[in-house]
Amino acid sequence: MSTIGKRKSHESAEGHVTGNAIYTDDQRLPAGMLSLYPVLSPHARARITKLDVSAAVQVDGVVTVVAADDVPGENNTGVILQDEILFPTEEVSYWGQAIVWVVGETEDAARLGAEKVVVEYEPLQPILTIQDAIAAPSFHNEPQVIRRGDPEITLQQAVHQLEGELEINGQDHFYLETQVSWVIPDSEGNYQVYSSTQHPTETQIIIARVLGIPNNRVVVTCLRMGGGFGGKETQANPVASVAAIAAHKTGRPVRLKLKRDHDMILTGKRHGFWGQYTVGFTDEGKITALDVTLYADGGWSIDLSPPVLLRAMLHIDNAYYIPNLEVRGRIAKTHKVSNTAFRGFGGPQGMIVIEDILDRIARTLNLPPDRVRERNFYHGVGETNTTHYGQDIVDNRISRIWQAVKANATFDERREAIDQFNQMNAYKKRGLAITPVKFGISFNKTQYNQAGSLILIYTDGSIQLNHGGTEMGQGLHTKMLQVAAKSLGVTIDRFRLMPTSTDKVPNTSATAASSGADLNGQAVKDACETLKSRLAAVAAKWLKLDSPEELVFENDWIYCRTYPTAQVRFEDVVKQAYSDRVSLSATGYYRTPNIYWDAKTGKGRPFYYYAYAAAVSEVEVDGFTGTFKLRQVDIVHDVGESLNPLVDQGQIEGGFVQGMGWLTMEELVWDDKGRLRTHAPSTYKIPTISEIPEHFTVHLLERAAQDGVIYGSKAVGEPPFMLAFSVREAIRDAIAAFGQPAYVPSYVPLASPATPEATLMAIEQIRAAALTSTVMEGDRQLSPL
Amino acid sequence: MSDSCLTLTINGESVRLNDISPTMTLLDYLRRIGQIGTKEGCGDGDCGACTVAIVAKGSKGQPHYQAMNSCLIPLGSVAGQEIITVEGVANGQLHPVQAAMVKMGGSQCGYCTPGFIMSLFAAYYDRTVDDVSVEGNLCRCTGYLAIRRAAQLIAQAKPQDQFTERLAQATLELNSICYITSNQQFYRSTRLSEVLDLLQHHPNATLVAGATDLGLELSHHRKHISVMVSLEAVEELNLLTDTSEFVEIGAAVPLSHIEDKLRGVFPSLDEMLHWFAARQVRNRATIGGNLGTASPIGDLPPVLLSLEAQVRIASATGERSVMIADFFKGYRQTDLQPGEVIVSVKISKHLTQGAIRRLSQSYKVGKRGTDDISIVAAAFVIDLDEHNRIVHARLAYGGVAATPVRAIAVEQGLLGQPWTIATIQQTKRDLKDGFTPLTDLRGSADYRKMLVANLFEKFFVEMGGATIHPLEVG
Repeated sequence: MSTIGKRKSHESAEGHVTGNAIYTDDQRLPAGMLSLYPVLSPHARARITKLDVSAAVQVDGVVTVVAADDVPGENNTGVILQDEILFPTEEVSYWGQAIVWVVGETEDAARLGAEKVVVEYEPLQPILTIQDAIAAPSFHNEPQVIRRGDPEITLQQAVHQLEGELEINGQDHFYLETQVSWVIPDSEGNYQVYSSTQHPTETQIIIARVLGIPNNRVVVTCLRMGGGFGGKETQANPVASVAAIAAHKTGRPVRLKLKRDHDMILTGKRHGFWGQYTVGFTDEGKITALDVTLYADGGWSIDLSPPVLLRAMLHIDNAYYIPNLEVRGRIAKTHKVSNTAFRGFGGPQGMIVIEDILDRIARTLNLPPDRVRERNFYHGVGETNTTHYGQDIVDNRISRIWQAVKANATFDERREAIDQFNQMNAYKKRGLAITPVKFGISFNKTQYNQAGSLILIYTDGSIQLNHGGTEMGQGLHTKMLQVAAKSLGVTIDRFRLMPTSTDKVPNTSATAASSGADLNGQAVKDACETLKSRLAAVAAKWLKLDSPEELVFENDWIYCRTYPTAQVRFEDVVKQAYSDRVSLSATGYYRTPNIYWDAKTGKGRPFYYYAYAAAVSEVEVDGFTGTFKLRQVDIVHDVGESLNPLVDQGQIEGGFVQGMGWLTMEELVWDDKGRLRTHAPSTYKIPTISEIPEHFTVHLLERAAQDGVIYGSKAVGEPPFMLAFSVREAIRDAIAAFGQPAYVPSYVPLASPATPEATLMAIEQIRAAALTSTVMEGDRQLSPL
Repeated sequence: MSDSCLTLTINGESVRLNDISPTMTLLDYLRRIGQIGTKEGCGDGDCGACTVAIVAKGSKGQPHYQAMNSCLIPLGSVAGQEIITVEGVANGQLHPVQAAMVKMGGSQCGYCTPGFIMSLFAAYYDRTVDDVSVEGNLCRCTGYLAIRRAAQLIAQAKPQDQFTERLAQATLELNSICYITSNQQFYRSTRLSEVLDLLQHHPNATLVAGATDLGLELSHHRKHISVMVSLEAVEELNLLTDTSEFVEIGAAVPLSHIEDKLRGVFPSLDEMLHWFAARQVRNRATIGGNLGTASPIGDLPPVLLSLEAQVRIASATGERSVMIADFFKGYRQTDLQPGEVIVSVKISKHLTQGAIRRLSQSYKVGKRGTDDISIVAAAFVIDLDEHNRIVHARLAYGGVAATPVRAIAVEQGLLGQPWTIATIQQTKRDLKDGFTPLTDLRGSADYRKMLVANLFEKFFVEMGGATIHPLEVG
């Protein structure tokens, strides 16, 4: 029986709970394995005036030090542009950048050696904020523009107009397993690399580049990752490259697993953004025009910032029809870590702007924010259901989901109850909010939307399944096993899912953009179809049937649809196929059809489809401290025809909580010298179980099969992250209530993340405004009804 | 009396350690011997990925499995003890805790999972499976809901298996140890007099109890320790006395024992212990350690300041007592002299003369409610007479100065005042300017000032003071 659509546990779950699941650094140590330790820059920007490693190599157990001179190929790990120096020689570009790495027999020896490396610097003035970068000016790229209609004229004509700005915080990935790579060289000039990477192919290419050897000399294998979230897409490359250089120099195996502090200091994070907007709208709260500028803090090198910025610009609309819109974007170059992919990939930073705007419109007009959001939804056909970049939203499910979650959450009744609670309580206030998500699925760059697989059937009927995707906890391997088992009509136990490796499936794309199951699932199915057609011919001969297409593969049997008694075991057919000299291995391949993007005009159909969801959150805010308690969450999510509801539910819950962390407690603090002050879990706080409410429901949208996607399913990795906007908006709703009963604010500015401090400051603003509201213009006094 | 080796039991097998550093962390050791199920997520005791269970004495003296962070534990501290790691939990088939996590989808990437398993394992045999039992375990994938559902599956179980049998046979008494390597000495004594003797010979020895603070230095290799003296097994430091007059807490009593044994005695202590780090740390951390490190952001000092605890201190030359307010001398400096050891903390239960009731509570504000370092912590004691007038006031704070401090001028100003909102409002104004806190990564000086004042009003309101709309009292 097929397990498609079943709540099947993670394929490695037993390995996880017993500790038997092997991660990169858990493998048996090869003889002579060396370890690495970095020497970090104490300046955000400085000229290197002296480098002396002579004392370091005298330390017991230190083998050597690797530096720029040791790089046989290019001293550069940039992926889009070659602007990412691996070992800086002239200038350091961010605080904590690694200058050289000490190679030791043990990590302790390498660490003691690193203490002896002498580096002298001439400090230079760093650029540390987006505002500084604008003033400098210091940018990575030219301004990007996407435009629809005539925002200038329509803004002028708008009944209401508001201007505003929003500082959007970054976020550390805080995967539990830090970056790690093992590189094992052989005497023939080949390198076997084990890397915790979401993109083995890219890691392979970059290692080959720094070593100056062809790609075929490097095999990169990813066993599994202890979390990725985008943080191991490009950020794995420098780690693997340093280990490869050390392996090249010493001829010995080298491991590099970053300490938690080093991981947080060295690696890129979610981009901080700065958004400025002018919006025009009607008395009903319908947006008529919007002008937005988005600045992304790219950090010191460009990394993946261009596509991150583009996704922010393409998601500035979220689920809302904006008839006249211009969004401009630019990437600031600062002396900080090079910011990178993180779940949502710029989408959250675009969407937070429009959600802030919609709340502000609602409060300006004294309308319920949920109504204003509803009124602006994409709807109908044609223009009102088309995005600002010209993509027709063929399968618009926003309203359906919105109504479903409102009903599940008894939104209207609770709205009343909360208003009553707030009237009765002076010191604590509750807030309620509902927000939608529409998220485009596909890599923006069309060429990445391809995938491959390799299936090997052995003569005993056991099977190895390879595909190009990596497992970081998202359940991709579990889903691929389900797809393969169904496609091939065999039980799932026949398969061994192989570690992702570049010598099995070449030229793969990153496991990213929520696309892992969509792309690799189709590639796996394709290989299964190839094998099935070969085996069907063998089985037909065995069963003395004329038409192999009549054969059904199911539950380890192959039988004739019209004469089910004519049947043969899968493994017998496999043996026969071998005897008949029929190949028992096949590759599979897939490319997403019907997508295109014109970067010049900013128009196209970049997304194969959209994922939709909505969430209702309720919070209680303490008026003395600004702390909040999340009381209830209800979510409805469209995952198509779920391949695995257990896995999908886990993605939705986990994504939501990670988003809540970003928006409410995860604060990256850099001091005025550009030093990151939050580089450990003692200073950088992600949610714990105690922040999770008892009442937390997730419903998968029913009757939601998606045409053209593997077994009708839809992507689920990133979309739920942005459901956490409902928490931010609920906190804002509660803050507004601190003005009651005398004062209803027309604007509730709220910093992000909405830490207790930010929230208390916002409350104080409301309280102060309430006291003086009689003299303020533009705010309304409520009659004491 | 020196030993050439340390022994410990890991998953039922006895191991002998020769010439291995007693300050190596248990986590490093486990991974070195190939027990790679236990993971390092941070090396800070903040993520719980390295959680293992140790057979230890519970608050009622019973043997139980106790979760702890192996990244913070020096090997010397677990000498003679029995450790269970994630590899030792399944026995032919999955343990019920493991089976529940598999079934409910409690693991995604799986890297935090061994730590969750061990926290749940310990709670399973304590029959205390709830959110608190895993609050010290971070998971970045699941959002915790599936883990909570797994925990609920096993929360009602009444285990009877090989692990309960093993507990029944456990020996809990920690013996004296003297373990000397080429460059390190590790001592564990059972008598205070032995400790004081040792300190005469090694005045610069590092004292350690639960090692949750020192373990950070070890885990990050920030410190080389030549001589370490463990106080964990010292009988005199493990006493907890609760009479009608006073409470006396031995310096080496783990916080989780204080939580259990003194529940309901001092509301402000109950409250603060609830927010003190997480389960794994409370199982090891001690009151003596929390005072000895003298951190300005320690959680217990404000509570002890408000309750006017006395610190008993011993040395080879005798014993003395010092008021807690005089104990903190400066940033990370205490009144403790070389050769001295904190013996206990004594708290009186008496109300001030003339008082008929006492109001007391504590508060901790962090970026995250659970397992965070405070931005500001506060503890208040107010004694009221029959006319609802204040006859005694103690307002103590952490996070606002170089040491934990009391607002002494404000306390004096409160004497004789009525316990009313008007008094509170006046006090809030005084409190706001009472301290000059710093801005740091946790919060701004302004926010800290607001909290200093607001928390006192919160206290008033929560103690049943007349509620009044904040807008009406500007």
